[in-house]
Amino acid sequence: MSNVPHIISSILAGLGTTIEAAVGGIVVTIVVALIAGLALLSPRWPVRAVARVYVEVFRGTSEVVQLFWLYFVLPVLVGLQLVPLFAGILVLGLNHGAYGAEVVRGAVRSVPKEQYEGAVALNFSPAQRMVRVLLPQAFAEMLPPFNNLFIQLLKSTALLSFISAGEITERGELLRPVFGADIGWIYGTELVLYLLLAILITTGMRALERWAARRLGRAPVASTAPVLSVGGGGTG
Amino acid sequence: MNWDWQAAADAIPLLLKGLLVTVELTLLGSAVAYALGLVLALLRRAGIPVLSRLVLFFIEFIRSTPLLIQVFVLYWLVPPLTGITMSAFVTGVVALGVHYATYTAEVYRAGIEAVPKGQWEAAVALNLPRQRVWTAVVLPQAIPRVVPALGNYTISMFKETPLLLAIGVLDVLNRAKEVGAETFRVVEPYTLAGVLFLLVSLPSSLLARRLERRAERA
Repeated sequence: MSNVPHIISSILAGLGTTIEAAVGGIVVTIVVALIAGLALLSPRWPVRAVARVYVEVFRGTSEVVQLFWLYFVLPVLVGLQLVPLFAGILVLGLNHGAYGAEVVRGAVRSVPKEQYEGAVALNFSPAQRMVRVLLPQAFAEMLPPFNNLFIQLLKSTALLSFISAGEITERGELLRPVFGADIGWIYGTELVLYLLLAILITTGMRALERWAARRLGRAPVASTAPVLSVGGGGTG
Repeated sequence: MNWDWQAAADAIPLLLKGLLVTVELTLLGSAVAYALGLVLALLRRAGIPVLSRLVLFFIEFIRSTPLLIQVFVLYWLVPPLTGITMSAFVTGVVALGVHYATYTAEVYRAGIEAVPKGQWEAAVALNLPRQRVWTAVVLPQAIPRVVPALGNYTISMFKETPLLLAIGVLDVLNRAKEVGAETFRVVEPYTLAGVLFLLVSLPSSLLARRLERRAERA
């Protein structure tokens, strides 16, 4: 029992790294997913082909294998050793960005065709169509799947223990041989921390969802909803 | 380039052995996930308030915490607590199976909810016993619909098995590590490990996508 405060504080020392890895991974994921997702929708086939190869390679090979490859193989090939945390962020972002690219592609394609045609009729340039009409509407569609993706990414930060990045999981594994009797506290602390971080991500994403719905005039407020929308149920 | 074809050729037999273990883990883990997921989905619908709350919490908890830590808990914490010791391979199957059961439970739930209400009402009108309603009416309609989604989770599981090298399961990646330690060459074994994953998961995804399209048309 007397070891418990020490165990908890040792694991908490890795919390900063876990958060850095998760936040960094999320940022890379968003950037990569947007670029690759829009590239998948490009009218030029070479652009689509490059994006497709990226998506399939990163979705098709295992995330752990990617981590090992980037951390152990890349230095041999190009003579450049990445810092563990940086390598981790890169793999987390590139891997989940490949899944996110499909989310972006699907969300943009789910915007009603009339919206696109309207933008064409208004003589918007392709960039204006995307930025002013399609993306703002697609954005709301992307949020729930991105929430799932970010939770996956958070869980994947545990893999960084394989390359000694010093995050929560690795701290716990360093403690395990020494504090064998209190092993329940080690994993209990870790699980609670991951659960709290997951709740934090979901809470943030839910707030974003409400904000996006309001901005698009889709706020699901029953009292102010137009009467017309009530009739919709009968036709299906 | 730093690629040695001879080293690559030497590494392949061992990697294929590892791939067999990876595939075994995935298939057995899927069997656990398919069965346990259905149990979880049915328990959630059993209409016992405390139980469905507990199941929901279990699902959310397992889904929000890393598989790697669940593996560690099963491998290091469960034996001293319960006296049950499992080999690393069995631990892997159980961990993968339980983790993915929380995903398949949601898949089954969506499938069950998609069964038209009229089917339930007809079953009640025919005075079928509760058990028969499930086995003869609801599940035969719900399960074919969810097969593609289940298949996708099997593919995800396949790609997550390498983390079991943390407890010494001899999967593809662990074999690649072994080769690397023996020959001091990392480029070939790790690259080939990635290629092997790609070779299995690409055709599987294509197959799942085709099944999905067929299910949508039906």
